Amino acid sequence: MSKQAQHWEKTRGLLFVTLAIWFVFSIGIFLFGAEMEASSIRPFGYPLSYYMTCQGSLGIFVILIFWFAGRQEKIDEEFGFSEREDD
Amino acid sequence: MFKGNFINNLPKIYGTYTGGFIVFIILMAIAEQAGMSAKVIGICFVAFTVLIYALIGYLSRTIQVDAYYLAGRQVPTVFNGMATAADWMSGASFVAMAGGIYFKGYGYMALLVGWTGGYVLVASLLAPYLRKFGCYTVPDFIGTRYGGNLARLSAVIVLTVASFTYVTAQINATGTIASVALDIPFNIAVYVGLASILMCSMLGGMRAVTWTQVAQYIVLIIAYLIPVFWISNKMGAGVFPHLMLADEVARIAELEAQFGLGEIKNSAADLKQVPKGLSGITKAHAEVNTTPWKFISLAVCMMAGTASLPHVMMRYFTTPSVKAARRSVGWSLFFIFLLYSSAPMLATLSKLSLMDPNLATGIIGKSISEVQAIDWYQNWNQANLMFVSDFNGNGTLELNEFFMGGKAVVLATPEIAGLPYVISGLVAAGGMAAAMSTADGLVLAISNALSHDIYYKMINPKAETAKRLLIARILLVLIGFAGATIAALEIQGILGSVIWAFDFAMSGLFFPLVLGVWWKRANAQGAVAGMLGGLAAGSAYLIAVRSGYPGFLDITQLTFGIVGSVVSLVLMIVVSLATKAPDAATQKMVDDVRVPSGKAILGRQH
Repeated sequence: MSKQAQHWEKTRGLLFVTLAIWFVFSIGIFLFGAEMEASSIRPFGYPLSYYMTCQGSLGIFVILIFWFAGRQEKIDEEFGFSEREDD
Repeated sequence: MFKGNFINNLPKIYGTYTGGFIVFIILMAIAEQAGMSAKVIGICFVAFTVLIYALIGYLSRTIQVDAYYLAGRQVPTVFNGMATAADWMSGASFVAMAGGIYFKGYGYMALLVGWTGGYVLVASLLAPYLRKFGCYTVPDFIGTRYGGNLARLSAVIVLTVASFTYVTAQINATGTIASVALDIPFNIAVYVGLASILMCSMLGGMRAVTWTQVAQYIVLIIAYLIPVFWISNKMGAGVFPHLMLADEVARIAELEAQFGLGEIKNSAADLKQVPKGLSGITKAHAEVNTTPWKFISLAVCMMAGTASLPHVMMRYFTTPSVKAARRSVGWSLFFIFLLYSSAPMLATLSKLSLMDPNLATGIIGKSISEVQAIDWYQNWNQANLMFVSDFNGNGTLELNEFFMGGKAVVLATPEIAGLPYVISGLVAAGGMAAAMSTADGLVLAISNALSHDIYYKMINPKAETAKRLLIARILLVLIGFAGATIAALEIQGILGSVIWAFDFAMSGLFFPLVLGVWWKRANAQGAVAGMLGGLAAGSAYLIAVRSGYPGFLDITQLTFGIVGSVVSLVLMIVVSLATKAPDAATQKMVDDVRVPSGKAILGRQH
């Protein structure tokens, strides 16, 4: 398998992991809105459903993007595909 | 100032700017104490900030193509994040969002999730690859990847429909704020707003818009956060509201029960008295009050729309590298998060200020005549944004007898909570910044697509630089005027048209963009069918629902993008597979897009 194909395979793997996490926090948990509201897990005292919509999921998305960017940079470096700094 | 190592000086320049703005706020506060009238303070805030943006726009003027279209591809990661956040957060986010949460609660907060989650898609599916491509506009990518003028033209059509729907709402918002702050009629204020928007973008294109958007982000975030923190501390709710309002949220639920929310219903005849556009609180503040599908379908539409809106995508064309584009998406979302996570807190504080009889500011339970005598009530009632009426004739204001416009939640809360007027002036300036920055991005996206993709790529490929930029500027002005003219007609509300814009973009562009990178087999015929078919199906569904068709699967006029994008996906796959695979050169191009290193597909000047 060529270097490029391997690089793309890893990139695609990372994409799937990223989208899976994204799916859980943007869609998955909101299938259980009522259960979250009744849950005894109450971050900072807020009902869980309320907390996730106004901070929880949003914050996770921010962290997820930076994590994704870091991982992708590593993959690019591994195969020698990262840009020269002066590009 | 904009010469030499301007980029290296950015932190210093914007640091000075932020300091200057804070000094200006303090001066205004002193002037207020010295007796300056509310009116003059409002005018000063709006006029001063708009003049600064115009000055930045003038200093960023350019006669170079890549500066005009791409800000010279040298916008640093963090600054591009701020510019994108301003580009992104429109009048709808700044002025309307907290109001929506105030009235509709959990069901409405799907927008918070949708308008942030979409950035994960932008970062992972699109932005870095489109940056590698080196295109000037989104249709530029579609046109080159799929090949052929028809694909390019289809992309321009979708872009124009979505962005134009969006921009009329933003010009409407600038007009609303300008008319309140400067005390002029709305249909004149719209053109004042337009003039300010054009001053920022006309001379310098993307370069000017970039540097004004950074300045506008700073103003809007200060204007949003100060009232939230101030009210929270004043009320004794907590030093850091985001983590400390749980008791207040619980207290609202307690008061809702006490005031009979949901039990006492207004009769249709009573509701007729309420001015159009105002609403009362009918949904509980923090309860889950919607079905999972309703919540998720709205969030999905906003997420896919985020990843398809060209004015956002083109911000990532301006970073120095692919790596920077990826990180920049993270920064954008971080800066957006600062405001979005505050909106529910503002809604909570605003509601509690009005509802809690233990607070000096609470009005529910007071006598009607007492409320009608309050200064801020009279002002906002005159502006047609607040209304009370004694439906049950007991002389006391009940929860179901108080009505407010969605915009008033952000704009009026500082006054309601008893903050000095200088904060209201600041909020007006923030709202103006939010609406202007988005309008600038949108007008530029449309006029760049028309000037670069239609005029230069399709009509006159031999045009000289000077002529291309002249055409671009003329189109910019024309589109601005068209937008303002439609905005002056006030066809629909700010929030509704913004949501429509997302659905339009999702219908026509989401799958053609994503599959362009992720599916080599996608070809021009498939893309054209996907774009036009998706847009047509989405629009048809919207029109059908608007004219009384009940719809299916609970898809409403706010989520018609689901219909459009599914049709778009199916058409794109079926038509692509039924026609010839893209040629070897196109396949090679897709391979090159997938790695960050190496030359851009499109040259630096094209």
